[in-house]
Amino acid sequence: MPPRTMYKKIWDAHVVHEESGKPALIYIDRHLIHEGTSAQAFSSLQATGRKVRRPDLSFAVMDHSVPTTDRHLPILDAVAAEQFGALERSCREHGILLFNMQSPQQGIVHVIGPELGITQPGQTIVCGDSHTSTHGAFGTLAFGIGTSEVEHVLATQCLSQFRSKTMLVRVNGRRARGVTAKDIILAIIGKIGIAGGNGHVIEYAGEAIRALSMEGRMTVCNMTIEGGARAGMVAPDETTFAYLEGRPFVPRGKDFQVAVDYWKTLVSDADASFDRIVELAAAEIAPQVTWGTNPGMVTDVTGRIPDPSTFSDPVDRRAAESALEYMGLAPGTRLMDLPLDRVFIGSCTNSRIEDLRMAARVVAGKKIARTLKGALVVPGSMQIKAQAEKEGLDRIFHDAGFEWRNAGCSMCIAMNPDVLPSGERCASTSNRNFEGRQGKGGRTHLVSPLMAAAAAIAGHFVDIREWNVEDSEW
Amino acid sequence: MKAFITHNGLVAPLDRVNVDTDQMVPKQFLKWVTREGYGRVLFYDWRYLDGEIPNPDFILNRPRYQGASILLARANFGCGSSREHAPWAIQDYGFRAIIAPSYADIFYNNCFKNGILPVTLSDAEVDELFHRTEQSEGYRLTVDLETQTITDDSGLTIAFQIDAFRRDCLLNGWDDIGLTLRHEDRISLYEKSRQPSAKMFGAVPNRSAGSTEGPSAQKMPQ
Repeated sequence: MPPRTMYKKIWDAHVVHEESGKPALIYIDRHLIHEGTSAQAFSSLQATGRKVRRPDLSFAVMDHSVPTTDRHLPILDAVAAEQFGALERSCREHGILLFNMQSPQQGIVHVIGPELGITQPGQTIVCGDSHTSTHGAFGTLAFGIGTSEVEHVLATQCLSQFRSKTMLVRVNGRRARGVTAKDIILAIIGKIGIAGGNGHVIEYAGEAIRALSMEGRMTVCNMTIEGGARAGMVAPDETTFAYLEGRPFVPRGKDFQVAVDYWKTLVSDADASFDRIVELAAAEIAPQVTWGTNPGMVTDVTGRIPDPSTFSDPVDRRAAESALEYMGLAPGTRLMDLPLDRVFIGSCTNSRIEDLRMAARVVAGKKIARTLKGALVVPGSMQIKAQAEKEGLDRIFHDAGFEWRNAGCSMCIAMNPDVLPSGERCASTSNRNFEGRQGKGGRTHLVSPLMAAAAAIAGHFVDIREWNVEDSEW
Repeated sequence: MKAFITHNGLVAPLDRVNVDTDQMVPKQFLKWVTREGYGRVLFYDWRYLDGEIPNPDFILNRPRYQGASILLARANFGCGSSREHAPWAIQDYGFRAIIAPSYADIFYNNCFKNGILPVTLSDAEVDELFHRTEQSEGYRLTVDLETQTITDDSGLTIAFQIDAFRRDCLLNGWDDIGLTLRHEDRISLYEKSRQPSAKMFGAVPNRSAGSTEGPSAQKMPQ
């Protein structure tokens, strides 16, 4: 057999049927469901009299619109309440495991999948959410789908798919202190552009990727879609196996060993070829801050707001001009001089225990800037919240002036009451700085949890590398 | 699914790159449980001032583009979120076809599920169409999927490429799920062949699977 990439190996293992000139029918191992993109799929299924083929491979959770405040109070948003009700009814009717708002395992779908061990190497995973790419951190083929495809998977446990092109992104060497997985992926997107990955599946490799924890790898794979690629992957290794062992849905004992032996075969063959190779030097990556209205509009924290008049492409120039107008920014302004109104630490990108520990170390014993109108920490899952509380992180955040909330998507997408008010500037650990993403008229700057925490203390962006924070794990 | 064979309609230009699906349908409308009625909220934040008053500066609100059914757009159209609400809104607003130099993958795929034809042309061809649309009020195009051409009244003809399978699906309005269910025997066979590795790929039900309580055995994040 010719050398194969990890993507090709997983693809080959899931082809149910293939005819030349047509998309292949591939089998789906895990279907993750949330309230935001599933109701129409279930009602259409009902209208056509079709059944859910494999409820045992489907897992549902409430995350997008859940309030992060007291869960014992009734949901004030009647439209959201109706959507939660629809998911609850569909799951009951079809026998699908649901982590509802009261579940101690509730959380953001891309956080709880890995946390519960539902996500495992070698699988195909889909979800009606573009950040499904997160699960690729385990060496899975995971990608976001629309609601029609959600219905397709419910009915058939398969999807009709064209094979993607492959891109290898190698991040060589070691990252500097204060530079995180978030900075690595923002730097990658800055380099390839937000459409750079269109039509591709990305495999991340190199020393700097290998050195990342599973949390860090999830952050990198999560934002793959912001570079245009539907799926990003990291080859499974000892870090992966150690993370998975003992989690509720992971095989145990002898079965675990059998699984590990199989997972080890998934790595790309040494001489496998990719359609495109991109290389970065980790040592050259500085803490990143976005300045515009898409994640590719990003620069080093030490940088300045670019001047659109220096852009050679007229289309890019207009895009930058309109981004600066929306963001209320003048060309040439130093990023570190920007005063902030709010800070948000959370989202499927950066709400895991490691993210919270990082942020807590920065704010420990300090107070958020008086000029700040609010600072929010929203753990990715109720289990992470419980763990953080066990470690006393909630006290650290609380004492510094942050609000400590229940798990959900929260101010990343602002479908619940956590909305960034119009005109306010927010340092956010989330994944999208699109116009209106965190709230109509809200101005988002994407950063790492370290950078967000430091910005909360200072009231403006700072170069975290210059801060003396006691920790060697960064 | 609604078939697409040929369509003649008024063209509306949206001269912006990287239009993301958050702009097409903002988050507050993702809570609806129906597939209908999204046309009213298409490009909501651009289209309306406070109080849902049409913003006269937004291009689609100009009188000359009322009733448009072909959307002319720029590169990487539909990037970001996978929300199918975006093509639902585009269709419900009245658009049957989109013309752009490139699309984001998920959005492109979602269009076909809803009978919308996303046509890909070169940058130069798209530039030319923007020019013509802006120059002549009431500019119309015919998009013909059978012949894979775009034509206007002044003799312009542009050929476009499209995957043959996607073309067939759209021409016939085939139901994707119905097509897949024709392979039911193969799906069952595949599932059986994987029985030996079921521990890895099948669900590993824990004590309380099937209830809404979730697993009780837990491993805390390290």
